[in-house]
Amino acid sequence: MADATLDAKGLNCPLPILQAKKSLKDLSNGQTLEILCTDPGSVRDFEAFARATGNRLVDSGEDNGTYRFVLERVC
Amino acid sequence: MADDGMIPGNTKKMTIICTKGTLDWAYPPFILGTTAAAMDVEVTMFFTFYGLGLLDKELDLKVSPLGNPAMEMPMMGMHMGMPNMVGMLPGVTSGATAMMKNMIKKKGVASIEELREAAVLSDVRMIACQMTLDLFEKKKEDMIDGIEIGGAATWMESALQSDINLYM
Repeated sequence: MADATLDAKGLNCPLPILQAKKSLKDLSNGQTLEILCTDPGSVRDFEAFARATGNRLVDSGEDNGTYRFVLERVC
Repeated sequence: MADDGMIPGNTKKMTIICTKGTLDWAYPPFILGTTAAAMDVEVTMFFTFYGLGLLDKELDLKVSPLGNPAMEMPMMGMHMGMPNMVGMLPGVTSGATAMMKNMIKKKGVASIEELREAAVLSDVRMIACQMTLDLFEKKKEDMIDGIEIGGAATWMESALQSDINLYM
């Protein structure tokens, strides 16, 4: 179970990333954020976001057109 | 950013020169600027010529199919480019603008106002070009708060320290 959930369904690039960044700021180091998206481009984008910022993508998957990512805040 | 625990001095930097003020061309700089800021990049946006209008308090951006052969619009169940002859008719620009704004909403794309607000909130440095202010007789009071006014050398200083410099 993630510490917080962000529903970014229906939103297009770059809103899921911008909102995820905002939500991550409210978490402390080691806490996790679950993000739900419908934008297929978000798959590569969240991988890239994690690599570039150092936050860990600990889980991801797709279910019926909804993409799910779990980011762990690392700072 | 320092409050995110990044090592000071190790922050990547980017500048974007924003030269265009239409609804379509307002997107690339604001999308990349806000995304870079979200990825801990220190962003400077320099607004010059028609791009300066993107800093107006009240935005009223438009898009025109005139002289824009790549712009296709949904018509009769397909997407078609519009002949310039049609594009120059009165009302076509406002019609095309309304259509694009409608699509923007429908597809969950951010509005320029939203992206600009995100840029402000993520401390993107925004510089209005002094020369353009003079040339187009614009006032700082007509523009959003928190911007700086500067010239080419102000951008240069920033660009010389940056990892990425884009012109849009």
